Amino acid sequence: MEGDIANMGQFIGAGIAALGSGLSALGVGNVAANFLNGALRNPSAAAGQTATLFIGIAFAEALGIFSFLVALLLMFAV
Amino acid sequence: MAQHEAAILVEEGASGAAHGGSEGGLSIHPMDQFVVQPLFHDGAVGIFTVTNATFWMAMAVLCTVLLLVIGTRGRNVVPSRAQSVAELAYGFVYKMVEDVTGREAVKYFPYIMTLFMFIVMANSLALLPMSFAPTAHISVTAVLAFAVFFGVTILGFVKHGTSFLGLFWVSSAPLVIRPVLAVIELISYFVRPVSHSVRLAGNITAGHAVLKVFAGFASVMGIGAILPVVAITAIYALEVLVAFIQAYIFTILTCVYLKDALHPSH
Repeated sequence: MEGDIANMGQFIGAGIAALGSGLSALGVGNVAANFLNGALRNPSAAAGQTATLFIGIAFAEALGIFSFLVALLLMFAV
Repeated sequence: MAQHEAAILVEEGASGAAHGGSEGGLSIHPMDQFVVQPLFHDGAVGIFTVTNATFWMAMAVLCTVLLLVIGTRGRNVVPSRAQSVAELAYGFVYKMVEDVTGREAVKYFPYIMTLFMFIVMANSLALLPMSFAPTAHISVTAVLAFAVFFGVTILGFVKHGTSFLGLFWVSSAPLVIRPVLAVIELISYFVRPVSHSVRLAGNITAGHAVLKVFAGFASVMGIGAILPVVAITAIYALEVLVAFIQAYIFTILTCVYLKDALHPSH
């Protein structure tokens, strides 16, 4: 597609995709907050669960990165 | 394939530069830093062309060798600084493999250690000014992720034969919803290499692009440039953390996938 309308749609789409990154930040914060919640209740069990924490953060974050990727593709590759 | 990827990247960078220039946007285009260029001459990028990506990946390997081989050459009882860093890295990855995957998986430790050291070194070297981030390219991280994916899948079938497919048949769930779960498990299994590679590349790309966006602000703000420079300092500190965390996450997910292949039953 050519023209201003197509460009506008591209930029609006990239902006909407950027919302996904912000929403995945909510997910990552939720994981970390719940981990801390549990860790403060039972600190002795917390050290063994840091690997699980990072895996959970990685999965929550991956979807935000996907939307960032969509934004990048819209801006530079379409 | 490498040639094709490189051609796309060069084209992308060139069009991106034109994009920023024609619209009077930022003076520093945030994506220009990811353009793959020949190192010694101008012109097209072929399969065997030595590019800046080649150079910085070679530097990552060289630094790993320097740290782990030369650093521990003395084998002192009281370690030197390089030796204690090398021992720390070794112990860290060894404990991770042992904790997540189990004792019998320690024979796959060399591969996981290689992955970790390469990624952490490539990420850290990319933080030097004027350097290049090879791990920001999906073509680099996809090779690492697909190597893990195919390796783990083949290992699972070799070790367990067709009972490896029990990974997709959740025997703890009620029989009615097991076929639905099997489809979901199958999809999530095949999305693994995609998310595995895009996570690393996306994080590094995003971090470096943000730094360049703030550098662009600083270049046009005159005396007010102190604000973006302070922001760059803070983001840079975050990027140092991200460089390590992403290497850690890539490695620990490799361990998790390996555990699934060694113990496929749910």
